[in-house]
Amino acid sequence: MTTGTLAPSVDGRDPGHLERVRWLLSDTLTIAWRWLAAMVRLPESIVFSVIQPVLLVLMFRYVFGGAITGVPGSYVDYLMPGIFVQTVTFGAVISAVGMAEDLQKGIIERFRALPMARAAVVTGRSLSDLTRNFGSILLMTGLGFAVGFRIQTNVPAFIAGLGILLLFSWAISWGFALLGLVVSSPETAQLATFPVLLPFTFASSAFVPVDRMPGWLQAFAKSQPVSEVVDGCRALMSGGPTARPVLIALAWSLGMLAVLAPLAVRRYIRTD
Amino acid sequence: MAADSAIEVHDLTKIFRKGQVRALDGLSFETPRGTVLGVLGPNGAGKTTAVRILSTVLRPDGGGASILGLDVVKQAAAVRRTIGLAGQYAAVDENLSGRQNLTMIGRLSHLSGRVARQRADELLEQFELTDAAARSLKTYSGGMRRRLDLAAALVAEPPILFFDEPTTGLDPKTRQDMWAWTERLVAKGTTVLLTTQYLEEADRLADTVVVVNHGRAIAQGTPDTLKADIGTTVLLITLGDHEAARRAAGVVAPFGTHVPSVEAERVEMQVEHGARAGSEAMRALDAAGITVHGLVLREPSLDDVFLQLTGHRAESGSEEGPCEDQHPGLLDHDERERLRS
Repeated sequence: MTTGTLAPSVDGRDPGHLERVRWLLSDTLTIAWRWLAAMVRLPESIVFSVIQPVLLVLMFRYVFGGAITGVPGSYVDYLMPGIFVQTVTFGAVISAVGMAEDLQKGIIERFRALPMARAAVVTGRSLSDLTRNFGSILLMTGLGFAVGFRIQTNVPAFIAGLGILLLFSWAISWGFALLGLVVSSPETAQLATFPVLLPFTFASSAFVPVDRMPGWLQAFAKSQPVSEVVDGCRALMSGGPTARPVLIALAWSLGMLAVLAPLAVRRYIRTD
Repeated sequence: MAADSAIEVHDLTKIFRKGQVRALDGLSFETPRGTVLGVLGPNGAGKTTAVRILSTVLRPDGGGASILGLDVVKQAAAVRRTIGLAGQYAAVDENLSGRQNLTMIGRLSHLSGRVARQRADELLEQFELTDAAARSLKTYSGGMRRRLDLAAALVAEPPILFFDEPTTGLDPKTRQDMWAWTERLVAKGTTVLLTTQYLEEADRLADTVVVVNHGRAIAQGTPDTLKADIGTTVLLITLGDHEAARRAAGVVAPFGTHVPSVEAERVEMQVEHGARAGSEAMRALDAAGITVHGLVLREPSLDDVFLQLTGHRAESGSEEGPCEDQHPGLLDHDERERLRS
């Protein structure tokens, strides 16, 4: 019935559940490859995504490193988990801008007319974010050691801390991808991230203990996700009571992922 | 409802909330397999909206459409396995190479990795892009991008192809190539729906033409019957001066369907069989000893079709979609010439 020899047979049958899941996975990998291949082709995009974490680590380490006292242990060990979380949070801006930019391209129109899993446009993008974050976390860790950070717990605990960091970075990149899907242009996406980024990263336990802040700010700073994740990572990397902060950090990361990822996928699928 | 219908559209309606624009207002047509359907109309007539609905990108607000008997809304997933899409906005990824683009489309069409790569190389060769295959699209010219866009539509060898204004803004050579490629595909049994603003293009490629205006079909037929409806070719003769033109008008009058009109040193007259009337007029003028400075036969334009069908020039387009720009409804003759050269 078809003249094509490559296209699967046309019978109007809907693919089964299993086949659909297989396609979603395969298409997700293809779209993730699309972004990573594009990144390799654009060396400047790699340079800039490397420069940002490097600068953040160095600036905060040496600008604030000597100024703040009265934290438990050395300030570098206190600060570094905070910088890690801040850096992956800032890095998620790329997810918002990239998603918004993509929606304006003609290729999205082609994707919508292909037999691919629709959700893969977003899940694939997110998988590439996860891969990029993994690289950026490795880079930051190495740099952290170079500027004087030392593990105060043990290696497995430290690696578990990096795991939470990666999970949180993924959750936040979904959130920012959703932002990119909601706004109408990449420029707006870029601007819209700042009102989120600044209060959450600076009014947090990332750089200074929350109990030094004025009372009205403490209420927000103590229990917002960036602080909770910083506290969890700090406990695993630099010591202190572990169970509670780690569980809360995990709960925030998984909770955000569970809410934001389906919202982003739905938003994309519903957009004409 | 013919059993061998490739594309069937009945009473299709689409209203864009923004500005309450009725982009489609009861559009109907159908086309048999293995043929080219030309959808002809000015900017804003609803051509692109129709293609977007047929390719499952957009949902209709009313009416329905089917591709090879598959409903574009209820069986959208199956429809996507039968169609390929190419158009005026080259839908390819800027940041990848030509080969990477085609391989990606192949994988997303669920070809195996090996077949996708093989198919990409075949198409790159066919569209003379092999030398540029590994280069980023940022280095491609407009024509190269459009060729890649067409190649991308063919990756999975779909039996149905949608070409949305495939030659708008293209250089003459790529335009000719595009026509030749389309003809080759149809010879192999592919069904093509082609939207265009150019009567010439529809005339060259289409078996059937649907003329669309304000989201509705206002005429349908073969290019020849349509042109026959419009009637005639225009014969333009340029003479040395007004006096010569007046004498010439008298000489050529018997060959026209209407009385010739004289303006300055030019004579304009509608004729039925362009080439024959032209040479007869030439011979008669020669015999009468009148020196002819120029003789041109002008084919009826889309403007003439609209003038004939609606009694007025095509109106400037109501906006068709979010990305539609504010062009006047039709390119005027000069602008069309400029685009061609």
